[in-house]
Amino acid sequence: MNQASAPHFKQPLLKTPFHERARALSQVDSFIPWAGYTTVDVFTTMEQEYFAIRNAATLYDLTPMVKYRVAGRDAPAYLNRLVTRDIAKLKPDRVAYCVWCNDAGHLIDDGTIFRLGTSEYRICTAERQIDWLLDSAIGFDVEIGEVTEQIAALAVQGPTSCAVLKTLGLGGVENIKPFEIAYFALGSHQLTVSRTGFTGDLGYELWMQPDAAEPVWDALMEAGRSRGIRAIGSQALNVARIEAGFLLPNVDFVSAERTIRTGRDRSPLELGLGWLVDFKKGHFTGRRALLNESIDGPRRQLVGLDVAGNKPAHNALLYTDDSGKREIGSVTSAIWSPTCKRNIALAMVDAPHFRIGSTVWAEIYLNRELVWERRMSRAQVVERPFFTPERRRATPPAEF
Amino acid sequence: MTGARSRFDCVVVGGGHNGLVCAATLARGGRSVLVLEAAGQVGGAASTREFTPGFRVSAGAHLVHMMPAELIRELQLESHGLEWAAQGMATTALAPGGAGLNMSPDGAAAALSAEDARAYSAYMARMRRFAAALAPILARVPPRLGTSDWVDRLALLRIGWQIRRLGRRDMRELLRIGGMNVYDLLEENFASSALKGALGLDAVLGANFGPRSPGTVLTLLYRMAAESAAGASGLSQPRGGLGALCNALAKAASAAGATVRTGAPVANILVEGDRAAGVVLESGESISADTVISSADPKSTFLRLLGPRYLDAGFVRRVAHIRMRGLAAKLHLALNRAPAFGGVSEASLRGRLLLAPSLQYIELAYNHAKYGEFSAAPVMEVTVPSTNDPTLAPPGQHVLSAIVQYAPYALKGGWQGGRQRFMDTALETLEGFAPGLRSSIVAAELSTPADIEQEFRGSGGHWHHGDLAFDQFLMVRPVPGAAQYRTPVDGLFLCGAGSHPGGGVMGIAGRNAAHQVLRAGLKSS
Repeated sequence: MNQASAPHFKQPLLKTPFHERARALSQVDSFIPWAGYTTVDVFTTMEQEYFAIRNAATLYDLTPMVKYRVAGRDAPAYLNRLVTRDIAKLKPDRVAYCVWCNDAGHLIDDGTIFRLGTSEYRICTAERQIDWLLDSAIGFDVEIGEVTEQIAALAVQGPTSCAVLKTLGLGGVENIKPFEIAYFALGSHQLTVSRTGFTGDLGYELWMQPDAAEPVWDALMEAGRSRGIRAIGSQALNVARIEAGFLLPNVDFVSAERTIRTGRDRSPLELGLGWLVDFKKGHFTGRRALLNESIDGPRRQLVGLDVAGNKPAHNALLYTDDSGKREIGSVTSAIWSPTCKRNIALAMVDAPHFRIGSTVWAEIYLNRELVWERRMSRAQVVERPFFTPERRRATPPAEF
Repeated sequence: MTGARSRFDCVVVGGGHNGLVCAATLARGGRSVLVLEAAGQVGGAASTREFTPGFRVSAGAHLVHMMPAELIRELQLESHGLEWAAQGMATTALAPGGAGLNMSPDGAAAALSAEDARAYSAYMARMRRFAAALAPILARVPPRLGTSDWVDRLALLRIGWQIRRLGRRDMRELLRIGGMNVYDLLEENFASSALKGALGLDAVLGANFGPRSPGTVLTLLYRMAAESAAGASGLSQPRGGLGALCNALAKAASAAGATVRTGAPVANILVEGDRAAGVVLESGESISADTVISSADPKSTFLRLLGPRYLDAGFVRRVAHIRMRGLAAKLHLALNRAPAFGGVSEASLRGRLLLAPSLQYIELAYNHAKYGEFSAAPVMEVTVPSTNDPTLAPPGQHVLSAIVQYAPYALKGGWQGGRQRFMDTALETLEGFAPGLRSSIVAAELSTPADIEQEFRGSGGHWHHGDLAFDQFLMVRPVPGAAQYRTPVDGLFLCGAGSHPGGGVMGIAGRNAAHQVLRAGLKSS
């Protein structure tokens, strides 16, 4: 099963266990590399796939998410020293969104930690970082191993996702609360289901052995036929995640282990993730630096912007006023939100301009048939997420 | 210890010379101080013990040449019982089957060609100038890099100024040779193999280097700078061995009001609210303190006594990567008569004998260590301390103390079986320079790095608490974030050889650390 053991130069990109199914459904042959795998960017059109997320049910192959198994006597102590949240509070069969920092209190990565039963944990994250995880293990009785290839993962997201899973035969799936984990059998296959996702909508993530991948995919497509199920690529997901206000590594922040220039790494306080930092739980890597930073507050912060007009403020520089003289930040992610009908963005803004309600000006460049136009658009700092429907948290969710 | 105090301003972990200097300085600064030594006597790797009935020897270090005279005066060690059995001891380079090369401390050496003699005195004068320029750097708290603190900037400027004021010619020469290996430097200067071997050995003694290793000129300059900072006494031998020096230090500390407890090994350092709060002994007894100062090596302090969970992962990674695997063994011989080294006069026998006939010989000895083997023909720094101090052996008999290299800590196959074989190798080597020595042996003991680790509780059996090398000097010793004696945990300080300026019986780390503690106290009050 281990594809990586084949000579790597013959297969620079690995195929996920869902690849053959995805290949069959791909109409525009749009594949992109992701963490060493070839994955679908768009199956048909981005818009069609996006609207399936918000109005029906979708399948998204998230096998390339990097997964580490953490087990052993000191696993809870180890994780508590690794991440900024209090993992001691994470109950069995629950999931926590976490960030972890270097000594300077700068973000190495974010991800979810699954507590599978009493003594085993799984870290799901975007980037490989076994070196940091192993260095963090010095002095702890803990086993750490990468299990990315051993687990196939599929996100089932959208308003009808719960109904699809019920039709599939997962009895009681409607009772899973957000960030909760449950276990099901589907024929001869075991399924681990967590109510988690990257869309900010009602949704679940299914974790299984690679040999279950194709049967589960086929059964889901069959079960979801009458509820508009559709496979989606990364482009549609990206629109949904910006609406949900979620951060993307290397887009909204760069891991502190990868930055080269000074001042390019970001603390959780700067990323607006201060709520994830628990100073009272005892020591964790970066605590002393973050405590220092929290005294004066962060010098900049990642915020949501509501931008005037309908032109997404891609990569726009931000200014105090429309003269464009004083630069105070830049946009990291921007879209026209089809659901909110607003022109939204995530942006890093200097103090004190990141306060909710502040006005900033975005310098937007528009390419109109190869003629570039520059537009200064007023933007307002607003609360994130931009879109958070009630169904995201409702348990059991309403039938759609 | 019923009725004993269980609360102090400062607890010093380890009663070696640095711990005791630190304790004495803190007590003189008005703090209530408790020193906790694991062994039955103070001294650590600077102690004297009987290794066979009637014969006593300095168990670790066997010469004093780096402790500042000013520190000895400041702590009034001579009125606390410190006496010198010998000072200004000469060095003799041993030659197999031939006359040894006497090297007087002032840079003259008999039996050299006229050209070498001229080159030698010029070389010594130049190196001494460099050493004198670098000496003040050793005595101070190293600056932090990358801060905007004016104290740090001033300290950096001072280092630059020390070097600049050497003048253009000397500064250029210092910068030229600073990164070189000692092999090339000595080849540039001399013809005599014996001279080059002896000078080269000082660059690699106690280090994980051969003479051709990069940075060995710097380690040599470091040694000379420390000697320069110490003053004019040169190589010295306290009466009663190195333990007598530490006994005097303990008396000085006690006289200043400190309490010194032996047989009290510390199990761990207590942390409360992200601050050091005291220690727990292996006996289970706990003692509270505002400040804990550890003279244990940085790995023991951070990874064992404190524990990684109180530290950031990056810091722990740096500590775990400190290079500190000892390569020096210690040989102790009880002899029923004075050893007779070929071509070494009775006067020279009272000095230091270097067994390193050529640079090539040292390099070959080091080659083995690179691959986890001990040297087939080891190098040695030999002293016969009983020639200066008859109290160490029964009348007419002698003790020989030698540092023997290279004996890698992680010997292939382990030291359990390796110890006797290396001892035989060492004795055979010695026999070649002192025929008949073996027949005079009453008892023999070899402390390998594994034994040294056990006896002195120093990780890796490294008596400098970390290799002395360019990347482990100054503001990166032991690691950034703990190089100014403070540690990331408030109230916990380092004061041992793992901190600047490093190993050798100096006491500067202990004194600097005490000053940092006193300064920190001033700021918070």
